[in-house]
Amino acid sequence: MFRWNPDRLLALGLRLCAAGAGVIVLLIAGFLVSESWPALRAIGVTRFASDASWHPAADATRGTFNLLPMVWGTLLATTGAVLLATPLGVLSAVFSHHYAAPRIAHVYRRIIELLAGIPSVVYGFWGLVVLVPLIRTLQPPGPSLLAGVLILALMILPTIALMADAAIGGVPAAQRRAAAALGLSRWRTVTSVVLPAARSGLATGVVLGTGRAIGETMAVLMVCGNVVQTPSSVFDPIRTLAANIALEMAYALDDHRSALFVSGLVLLAMIALLIGLAERLRRQAGAHAPV
Amino acid sequence: MPRSDALLVYGAALTVTAMFCWLLGDLLWNGLAQIDWAFLTRAPRDAGRAGGIGPILVSTGLILAVCLAVSVPLGVGAAIFLSEYTAADTAFGRAVGRSLDVLAGVPSIMFGLFGNALFCIWLGLGFSILSGGLTLACMVLPILIRATEEGLRAVPKEVRHGAAALGLSRTRTLWSLLLPAAAPGLVVGLVLGIGRALAETAALIFTSGYVDRMPGSLLDSGRALSLHIFDLSMNISGGNANAYASAVVLVVLLLAINLCASWIADRWLHRRSLVA
Amino acid sequence: MTVNARMRVHSAALNAGVVKPWLRWSSVPSPRPCARTMLLCAAALVLSACGRPPQQNSAEHAGPQGKLAITGSSTVAPLVAEIGKRFESQHPGVRIDVQTGGSSRGVADARSGLADIGMVSRALRPDEADLHGVAIARDGIAVILHATNPVTALSDAQVAAIYTGRITHWRELGGSDAPITVVNKAEGRSTLELFLHYFKLASPAVKAHVVIGDNEQGIKTVAGNPDAIGYVSVGAAEYSATQRVPIKLLPMNGVEASIAAVKDGSFPLSRPLTLITRTEPAGLAKAFIDYARSPAVHDLVGRLYFVPLEP
Repeated sequence: MFRWNPDRLLALGLRLCAAGAGVIVLLIAGFLVSESWPALRAIGVTRFASDASWHPAADATRGTFNLLPMVWGTLLATTGAVLLATPLGVLSAVFSHHYAAPRIAHVYRRIIELLAGIPSVVYGFWGLVVLVPLIRTLQPPGPSLLAGVLILALMILPTIALMADAAIGGVPAAQRRAAAALGLSRWRTVTSVVLPAARSGLATGVVLGTGRAIGETMAVLMVCGNVVQTPSSVFDPIRTLAANIALEMAYALDDHRSALFVSGLVLLAMIALLIGLAERLRRQAGAHAPV
Repeated sequence: MPRSDALLVYGAALTVTAMFCWLLGDLLWNGLAQIDWAFLTRAPRDAGRAGGIGPILVSTGLILAVCLAVSVPLGVGAAIFLSEYTAADTAFGRAVGRSLDVLAGVPSIMFGLFGNALFCIWLGLGFSILSGGLTLACMVLPILIRATEEGLRAVPKEVRHGAAALGLSRTRTLWSLLLPAAAPGLVVGLVLGIGRALAETAALIFTSGYVDRMPGSLLDSGRALSLHIFDLSMNISGGNANAYASAVVLVVLLLAINLCASWIADRWLHRRSLVA
Repeated sequence: MTVNARMRVHSAALNAGVVKPWLRWSSVPSPRPCARTMLLCAAALVLSACGRPPQQNSAEHAGPQGKLAITGSSTVAPLVAEIGKRFESQHPGVRIDVQTGGSSRGVADARSGLADIGMVSRALRPDEADLHGVAIARDGIAVILHATNPVTALSDAQVAAIYTGRITHWRELGGSDAPITVVNKAEGRSTLELFLHYFKLASPAVKAHVVIGDNEQGIKTVAGNPDAIGYVSVGAAEYSATQRVPIKLLPMNGVEASIAAVKDGSFPLSRPLTLITRTEPAGLAKAFIDYARSPAVHDLVGRLYFVPLEP
């Protein structure tokens, strides 16, 4: 017999919550598709990859709409930032759990929490006024892929560090004690017991950090130079897809506006692809891992 | 002799701390002088270059309250469902999980345009604190859910088995055992989510709006602090000084909220674990 | 109902204890602050929803009262917001909500009727002839260099050559031994269109090293790079230069770049800041637009470093 006991109610409520979260994603995807539909119809999918350049302000026939350089820019900036922030973030978490005195670890955690809440415009402002002139002394013009990578790394560091911190904190103390009892050094304990046990949390942190980096707008807009080109060195200016939207949306009309939504759609597809890839890697790794 | 692993770990921590001090030092150096009681309570004048940020602080608080009131129950509920009620491999669980990861990467300006279309226009809420809070709730949801979920997954299976063996109901197990154990994950999610919400600019331009008047209700438009900082630093000549001061206020506000969140979680954790 | 009246209803309800007993009843054993806040918010929401004025009354009333929704260009928004505040203080029944989102939003919202008035930082285009536009101020566009750059003047042809990549080194212009960093504005921005139009350039021909959005970003980019050249709003640049930001304004075709030159019409490169409406403005919208054009707000225009219209 069907009975409304609390457990069943709870399960239903929770299922609704999860479905609600899923619905939001569908709504956003639907919104993007409907807004970019006019451009996809008037311009066609292929021209977003084959046109000579990105000069969309004219109408659909005279404008050019190549998004590929921005796809590369986005990928390079995000990859660089994640490669830089992941080791720093994980080492940060290791520091506060296994190396620092409790009091210092506490303060250190507060510092990272604060970094998580500094507005992107402040990061961008700082990057524009401090970092970009510094990079310019190395190699003009200054606003560059490198500046973007550094700022993005700084911005996603707290996400990765805090998630890693919680994951490492969740590793049962018994495991660590066992490792210590076996005479493993602190570093060996961390690398071969703690980090593998925490890898699900670490991976989530990296995925969330990647999401933040790939979708970041304001800070990147201020330090990357925003020239639409495929970079040949880290000192070349680049434009990311997200910055493209923020930079041009304010003045875009008709097909131009719709083409900017196509940038958003491409970005969404890229994220989905990256996540699929990460999932595959994780599964392959999972098949070989002993745990 | 310094060991290489210690060198590496301390080096990383020092790098992060140094970057933080550099950034924060820059803010404090340029912003601290402007801040006094009048700055915190007065309304902005002269496009924000003079006067204070009183109404903007109120709007910011209200936007955050709306955001958390919606996203925390929804997020925690979804996280519990994903980790306790579905194996990670069922189609539904996987679909929701993947969607969340995608959602985490949607640029904030897209959230803004989406929120504008859905909440402001379609639901007829207009440019309002409510629209802004709801848009932010959509934005922080993936962070909250993923972090809480990780916290729950970290709880050893034995706890659940033990509870089941003792004949505890699932609701009881969840409330007395799993949630307290997952509290650190939840707090991380909260801290990251609040940070993201307070730091957000692009999503709020199109939803909660630009009006810097003291809001009379949740249906009034109200400017958020980070938007104010953006406007002062990028749009108003001579707004730098107050932009720095507002940024300092934002950081202090965040510190206070984070401390509160951890304190409440600690206390709750303590009490619940005693019960258990 | 006006905002003041609505506030009164709201606070009166709270003071009279209409809300509080319910709150006490709802949280019997231990009144939790978060629950109370949420209930208060809900109560405020309900109250304000009841007190919401009908949207369409703004145009029909004879006297200036009601609510105006204004959206559009972020360049114009701070000015209109300040004008709105002064207008509100003189007409207590009026409420003016200014929202940003860019010129394109101003056009779209004015056209769809979502906003009573739209703001654009340019003149109306030929394909926008269905809209009614009124200029409220002007803004010039000046070429700027870093303050330490020895170059003091560039001819129009030289600027065009720099922006199309035919001159790439300051040495060719008698300057320092360094490559030129060209700072351009993003596609679609009205300053870019004006600049290209004046120098007779096509957008794809421009070879930029940095592409920027807002004026302040342009000023900070040039201030941080001794070899950069850019173009920004005259007023913002003039103000920054007086605030010891290391930039300098170049004369345009022999005319000194200053607010004064834009004001007397001798400066060749300027744009109007325009308020647009779907139809001929009437009622409150007309009252506000007339006020925004009047000498009574010239001090506000000047304080935001724009150029007031000649009376």
